[in-house]
Amino acid sequence: MATRYMLGNEVIAHACCEANIDFASGYPGTPSSEVIDILRTQDVRDFYVEWSVNEKVALENALAAAWTGIRSLATMKHVGLNVAADPLMTSAYTGVTGGLVILSADDPYAHSSQNEQDSRRYALFAKIPCLDPATVREAGTMMTEAFDLSEEFGLPVLFRPTTRICHSKSDVEPGEVGTDHRTGHFERNPQQYVVIPAHTRVLHKKLNEKQAPLAHALVEKGYNTAGVKGTIGIVAGGIAASYVEELLPEGVSFAKIGAYPIDLEWLAAFVGQHEVILVVEELSPVIEEAVRMVATDTVIHGKMDGCLPYEGELDPASVASAMERAGFIPARTFPQVTPVPDIPRRPPILCAGCGHRSVFYAIKRVFKDGIYPSDIGCYTLGIQLGVVDTTICMGASITVGSGIVQSGEERDVVCTIGDSTFLHTGVQGLLNAVYNGANMTVVILDNRITAMTGHQPNPNTGATATGVETPPVSLEAICRSCGVTYVEKVSSYDLTQCLEALKTAKARKGVKVIIAYQPCVINERRAGIRRKTFTVDPDACTGCKACVRFGCPAIEFHDDKASINALCSGCSVCAQICPTGAIRMEGKR
Amino acid sequence: MTGSYDILIVGVGGQGTILASNILGEACLLEGKSVRGAETHGMAQRGGSVETHIRIGGKYGPLISPGTADLIISFDLLEALRYSHFLKEGGTIITNTETIIPTSVFQHDADVPGTDDILNLLSGRGVLTVDAAALALEAGTILTQNVVMLGAASHRIPLAVESLKEAVRRSVPPKTVDTNLKAFDLGRTALE
Repeated sequence: MATRYMLGNEVIAHACCEANIDFASGYPGTPSSEVIDILRTQDVRDFYVEWSVNEKVALENALAAAWTGIRSLATMKHVGLNVAADPLMTSAYTGVTGGLVILSADDPYAHSSQNEQDSRRYALFAKIPCLDPATVREAGTMMTEAFDLSEEFGLPVLFRPTTRICHSKSDVEPGEVGTDHRTGHFERNPQQYVVIPAHTRVLHKKLNEKQAPLAHALVEKGYNTAGVKGTIGIVAGGIAASYVEELLPEGVSFAKIGAYPIDLEWLAAFVGQHEVILVVEELSPVIEEAVRMVATDTVIHGKMDGCLPYEGELDPASVASAMERAGFIPARTFPQVTPVPDIPRRPPILCAGCGHRSVFYAIKRVFKDGIYPSDIGCYTLGIQLGVVDTTICMGASITVGSGIVQSGEERDVVCTIGDSTFLHTGVQGLLNAVYNGANMTVVILDNRITAMTGHQPNPNTGATATGVETPPVSLEAICRSCGVTYVEKVSSYDLTQCLEALKTAKARKGVKVIIAYQPCVINERRAGIRRKTFTVDPDACTGCKACVRFGCPAIEFHDDKASINALCSGCSVCAQICPTGAIRMEGKR
Repeated sequence: MTGSYDILIVGVGGQGTILASNILGEACLLEGKSVRGAETHGMAQRGGSVETHIRIGGKYGPLISPGTADLIISFDLLEALRYSHFLKEGGTIITNTETIIPTSVFQHDADVPGTDDILNLLSGRGVLTVDAAALALEAGTILTQNVVMLGAASHRIPLAVESLKEAVRRSVPPKTVDTNLKAFDLGRTALE
């Protein structure tokens, strides 16, 4: 095949097709989302693909598929693996027949995440192999081989790319798409698939017996390599290995860790031949701990002696500075530069015409002294409007809300949660709040799509991952079946309706749900929906800035007057806010 | 370090930095050059500051370290200033003359440096400016500002003009090829 300039996630998705994948499931999460998005829209290989409602569901589906002998993939971001951790830990005991690869994409520097956890820890915890690519090309070759590795050892394989693999590009020559297709067949075997205590004790022993041969095989297969060049050396893993290779001085040994568990005898042999070793890796000191465990007389540099940071991502300059600290290269290899100070920040912002903004505006108006637990999605950007007080993990707006309420806090609690997040892990929190008699308001920001990660469909959308129409779930019916008696649907753009519903909710006891409906403005634009835009009559504008405080990127303020720029999508909310009627639809007087 | 030619493309989410990266990557393939790139996806795209790294001839990681970029192409003047510390000694910044003022500046009455202030702060950094909006409109649509900027920067990019133009043909939607090629030429002429 011809060489192409490909995104890491595109290379990974293509590699799955090369490896005869039969089943793929996942929940969107940056930086992993494009893998399923590419698999569900590609036309080179026919197999089952789904967006699942959450990562636990995705992994259990993929695990069962692998039990039937077919090759399956479950994708998620690192924090999604927490949601899937329950099946993960025991899937290592049951093992698999068909290859199962769990893609958990890590996000050093938390470009789009709530933490910087390291998925390699999960692989070690669960005692399953972990592949950690150093380059986009290697992500492709590792993914094609991951299914074989899984079948060879009968274990799920954790595939762990980071943001700079998923969202990097490289010239890549993809291989041929596989033509083998399997059909699932479930072989009944309670000793393997029913993990009652009597069975699981046996399975645990079998899992432990796989570890040494596995670690040895990862060296044999060339995932972990070492070359001795002198008395000082570097051990590096993941993308950090590519930064080291770029800078590696003559005469310095290099060991590259691409897979876990690390064969400790092999590692000890390498470390033992050196006086000084520098360990370079992003996030947790997983390799460093192993190196320090096997080292006897060798001096070890890494995170634990301050040569490298525990947090954030590395780049060539930070690796060079670690090599300077270890005394491997002269000081000041890279220029010492600082950013120009005091430049106004440009954080991401809710789009012009985003329905979430008007709902936040209404919440702030009705619940001036409220507490605002929120959740994970575009609407977390509501923090800029002062209406997001907490965000911790998927679905936690409602549970944090009820926890605050039950603590005796007397102020009103108003939770905001998107439709996809509500269906992911929000429903249980709502059920719990109603069951335990909490007094609070929940606003479901219903835009019909999983927007922030790139507009993936969910059960609320009316279509599956592959575009097959399905009846959209009724959020209202879910809430009512949880026992909520006040469920009100409003249009997000209708400020009067939003304010009325919120005022009614404020006056009532119990758990109240308001479903604020407005399809995502980006999706609407793509579907060709256009509204008449708005303009400011400069004679009527008093410069009061009520519209500016609304925070829409379409509204500017120059020379004591507001104005509306080309980003306007015609949502009309600023016109509803303007106290002097100065904002009007284009062409109207 | 490795002889790659490192370009940082910066701008505001939605201005088309990823398409610009695709065009440069495609041009590298046409010339048989290795290439590495890194992009901003996800939340940062919602009107936030975005950066795209391209290493022409790169064989290792995709990231360009501060102080080492050969060329910065900026689709927004304020972003040129924000990322100017990435430029190496003797490098070039090619920037749009316009700035999209961050919404938070209006909301909080914050100070934002004017065009002359920014150009003063950047003086001595090899800055060349392009009125991308005017040229894009001349080409047919404001949406081609990114290709105007690539055309303007093409004098500094170590790839043949024909490769870049062929890459534009291959990377943009078929109906917009002529408009984008016109945008590229207008940008290129502007800095001749």
